[in-house]
Amino acid sequence: MQPNREQQLWMYEHMLVSRYFEETIEKIYLEGKTPAFNMANGPIPGEMHLSNGQEPCAVGVCAHLNAGDIVTSTHRPHHIAIAKGVDLDRMAAEIFGKKTGLSGGRGGHMHIFDPAVNFSCSGIIAQGMAPVVGAALSRKMSNREGVAVAFLGEGAANQGAFHESLNLAAVWELPVIFVIEDNSWGISVPKADATAVPRNDVRAAAYGMPGVYVADNDPLAIFDAAGEAIARARSGGGPTLIEIETWRLAGHFMGDAEGYRPKGEKDALFAKDPIPRLRERLIAAGDLTAEDDAALAAKARARVDAAIEFARNSDYPAAEEALDRVFA
Amino acid sequence: MNDKVSATNERRLTIARAMAEAIAQEMRVDERVFVMGEDIGTLGGVFGNTRGLVEEFGKLRVRDTPISETGFIGAAVGAASDGMRPIVELMFVDFFGVCMDAIYNLMAKNTYFSGGSVKVPLVLMTSTGGGYSDAGQHSQCLYGTFAHLPGMKVVSPSNAYDAKGMMTAAIRDENPVIFMYHKGLQGMGWLGTEPGATVNVPEESYEVPFGKAAVVREGTDVTIVGLAMGVHNALKAADLLAKKGVSAEVVDLRTLVPLDRDTVFNSVKKTGRLIVVDEDYHSFGVSGEIIASVCERDVSVLKAAPRRVAYPDVPIPFSRPMEQFCLPNPDKIVAAFDTIAGA
Repeated sequence: MQPNREQQLWMYEHMLVSRYFEETIEKIYLEGKTPAFNMANGPIPGEMHLSNGQEPCAVGVCAHLNAGDIVTSTHRPHHIAIAKGVDLDRMAAEIFGKKTGLSGGRGGHMHIFDPAVNFSCSGIIAQGMAPVVGAALSRKMSNREGVAVAFLGEGAANQGAFHESLNLAAVWELPVIFVIEDNSWGISVPKADATAVPRNDVRAAAYGMPGVYVADNDPLAIFDAAGEAIARARSGGGPTLIEIETWRLAGHFMGDAEGYRPKGEKDALFAKDPIPRLRERLIAAGDLTAEDDAALAAKARARVDAAIEFARNSDYPAAEEALDRVFA
Repeated sequence: MNDKVSATNERRLTIARAMAEAIAQEMRVDERVFVMGEDIGTLGGVFGNTRGLVEEFGKLRVRDTPISETGFIGAAVGAASDGMRPIVELMFVDFFGVCMDAIYNLMAKNTYFSGGSVKVPLVLMTSTGGGYSDAGQHSQCLYGTFAHLPGMKVVSPSNAYDAKGMMTAAIRDENPVIFMYHKGLQGMGWLGTEPGATVNVPEESYEVPFGKAAVVREGTDVTIVGLAMGVHNALKAADLLAKKGVSAEVVDLRTLVPLDRDTVFNSVKKTGRLIVVDEDYHSFGVSGEIIASVCERDVSVLKAAPRRVAYPDVPIPFSRPMEQFCLPNPDKIVAAFDTIAGA
């Protein structure tokens, strides 16, 4: 299943928005944190997990989804939220801890909830997997359309919840797609030291579902694999496990010195950054001109800049609001 | 600190370094001791408390684990019962949810279930605490949750001297010990560390015994009880109170299980007033237990109703103004005293 020109440009544009969003967050995150780096300071405090390099996973999958489909994401959620159509202004405001944020500042960057597009994420490994099984069950029981997609890292495949969720989705034949973003690092621990098999797609066989591996962080190949899996799920064919080889171009979190990375690894990854690669491919195929590219980039920047401005200009919540919303 | 050993050559360590030193010293003399957890090898622990261990002891005894807490904590129970002395790390205490069965249904109960014939000499070290906007799955303390469950010792140091001695005692203990270290005391600059936690630490090995609270400041008008970060808030509050002519006594609990109820009671008997500081949730927790332990013994020692300065019963919010509003601080302790000063 190959994306048409319009779909390719949609993917490219959302990769640009995502990357520019992360680069902007990265700069703002460091405000107030120099010369002494203290996570508590600056306009964006706390942990910050950037998704630079992993954009193909988000756009290749979400290109097939609509607002009614369900997505759960990880502690590294921005690229997926953007591809799923989460309100960018209110997401930015949430990351700043502002009253206008999606959760009024209660959640922050690891706890982004946008029910309007059925997106959520959380900060604990593999935690989003069982909820998509339940959401898919809900759709099936109530005869409503929709598929549910859980994004996870390769490290999550060693959690009990991974195996329990795969089995449940398979035995109940649910419209679920599990998407592993394999960036090969669980903070400092390489995949080979933590996982008994080189590729997690083979684990699908243990639960009688198709397992697919997508190499080289290629958005078009991801589009192809996800399209097939999502079409199968929509037509009642049950769940699929997809593992995608992707690249973490940033540290685990901002402030990570990354001393555990082999020398030269980062340079090699930047050399095959998926965004310039897709741009070159689109231009070579005659699907994108340099002028159109500049216009798309400008549009992406304007969109992100507007969201950041909205966040910056929003007020903080009143301190006492911390006590609200514990119960519905 | 009362227990601080006076030394001519001051050697100030962070809690992170003190923990790593205690572990290394025990590993040198006891080959049964080994360490497991996420990012505790090459990285030296996200919070620095295993730094240098993999370089000295190698990957067989300092094992980076997959993200499989149910697996490796359950495995630690099995290894401990088979004669080893595992130290396992649960990176954030908030992650207990995925592995609580291994902790409270196995680790904490096997000794009892076996009528004492099976031992589980295991140390589970885990980070606690917030204040740096890490939101509600990375900032909790959960002291009360763990202390509530019978069968495991629960300790939490406020300074590096205690951290080293309590880690040594934990490793040598024949029982499971939950060693809770507060991120804000750890000495990691990126977490904005409390300077009062970095103190003189002797090089030689020593134990700080469990079940013995420390009176870290003597006073006559009010007893302020806390642990970990709460002790530092209490000491700062005592300074503020002193400016108002109020003499506050500060008790560092150091261990929750076993709990030194005598030291708390004797202090309150002297001062007549009690404030408990707890960064854990307000209800059903440490603060209620401390107050009950005084009231149950002799309520007449209290001149005024006891007060608690604890985390309100809400999940921890991300946004700075809301989180700081919820956290205990010295001003809140002083305000709590003001409500009972006239008694």
